[in-house]
Amino acid sequence: MYSDKVMEHFKNPQNTGEIPDADGVGTVGNPVCGDLMTMYIKVKDERIVDIKFKTFGCGAAIATSSMTTEMAKGKTLDEALKITRADVASSLGGLPPVKMHCSNLASDALHAAIKDYYKKQEAAAEVKK
Amino acid sequence: MAKRVNMDYAAGKPVDPRAVEAMLPYMKTSYGNPSSLHVAGQEAKSALDEARIKVAELINAEKADSIIFTSGATESNNLAIKGTANRNKDRGTKIITSSVEHMSVVNPVKFLTTKGFEAVFLPVDKFGSVDLGSLEKELNDKTTLVSIVYANGEIGTIEPIQEISKIVHAKNIFLHVDATVAAGQIPIDVQASGIDLLTISSNDMYGPKGVGALYVKDGVRIEPLLHGGGQEKGIRSGTENIPSIVAFGKAAEIAKQEMQIHFEKLTKLRDKLVEGLLKPLPYTFLNGHPTNRLPDNVSVRYSFIEGESMLLSLEIKGVSVSSGSACASKTLEPSHVLLATGLKHEEAHGSIMFSLGRENSMEDVEYVIGLMPGIVNRLRSMSPLTPKELKE
Repeated sequence: MYSDKVMEHFKNPQNTGEIPDADGVGTVGNPVCGDLMTMYIKVKDERIVDIKFKTFGCGAAIATSSMTTEMAKGKTLDEALKITRADVASSLGGLPPVKMHCSNLASDALHAAIKDYYKKQEAAAEVKK
Repeated sequence: MAKRVNMDYAAGKPVDPRAVEAMLPYMKTSYGNPSSLHVAGQEAKSALDEARIKVAELINAEKADSIIFTSGATESNNLAIKGTANRNKDRGTKIITSSVEHMSVVNPVKFLTTKGFEAVFLPVDKFGSVDLGSLEKELNDKTTLVSIVYANGEIGTIEPIQEISKIVHAKNIFLHVDATVAAGQIPIDVQASGIDLLTISSNDMYGPKGVGALYVKDGVRIEPLLHGGGQEKGIRSGTENIPSIVAFGKAAEIAKQEMQIHFEKLTKLRDKLVEGLLKPLPYTFLNGHPTNRLPDNVSVRYSFIEGESMLLSLEIKGVSVSSGSACASKTLEPSHVLLATGLKHEEAHGSIMFSLGRENSMEDVEYVIGLMPGIVNRLRSMSPLTPKELKE
């Protein structure tokens, strides 16, 4: 059912865990639907220097989370915002059609984390004013 | 070769070699049509009769003629439900079933609601047992059919069929029982239990796929789904699938003879597996009834993680199971059976089902017990739902 690449990331997921002092955190999904992911990012000079994830979900959910962190690590925020669900799926050698929507939320979680970072930056700027 | 353990016998079973042996001549040499009057035809006819007797004996039917061969449990359930509902439409249009039925019961019942019938799906308790009070309340003058599963294929719970029968028959209503997973595993007596129609599957008792039967009690009239040459007393037209029916008959005979041996062995394996899965890990629960359950079924749920990721992890280690989660199915909803027992969606998602078979050994069970803590702990360590206390 799954590609070798998906199974590889499911067996050995990269960047699992939390970043306690993350600069941005994004959560998408819902345990009711069977998929929930949280992405943590550390940002330096507008670049993602560290990224970790926590995922509740199926094999595809875990593999897409792992792949997304690998794709985003080291990228500028603008570059990372351009990573799409389709990019993640094709980097994994494709996903079964039924998994394309429900379990392919990791890029959304990444974007949410970046937006959270920007929001925090704005808030910090407000405080400084 | 790497170790392989099948614990997904519910999805498919091997055909007993004795049943395979029995069917071969009816494909190679004795290929006659039982409707023909010549020797070859009559040979097939007597093989068909013999198989009918064996299936009838398994469920203690009053006579062999009450067995109608079909293409399997889905057809038998459709035939029983649509056939009884339509035949008795002038008497009433209310059908009662439960919320833990197989889709081959759920969907014919839902289909009938588009044809002017009213349907009720009875609630169950947390173990999946049908609520008898609700059944009693729902029966009225318009009710013609009640359809309840004998034992549940997903959570293993055995339903109180005898009590249900008493309630249903006090009102002169027909009772259909789907015994797809129960028949051949536990003793069934349609006469003693008061069952009017009973669905039986061949593959579930180690016969070939694509064949099954519907027991229709003497005197109960139903409308056919298939009209044609009038085979099977006109209830199921079409040339009989003699090789498969012969093998099914053989499988039924073996199931009856060896029921006690398999029941005892499977029960031992099941109880060991349940104990070994629940003991070492917190937030781990058994689905279905703790004791009143089929000997082959172990359905377990683990909090904070999802079933398909457990299924995949077991697959990597050579173990086949199935999951109660939406994520491993064609639809995106988790199992309606698990939800009916009161589980939340996220709890249902965390379920996996081990279904044991005749070839499983205690060694298989111990292998699986040994694998689960590592698999569960790894997935829990990745899950955002896992509480802090479990992380250390």
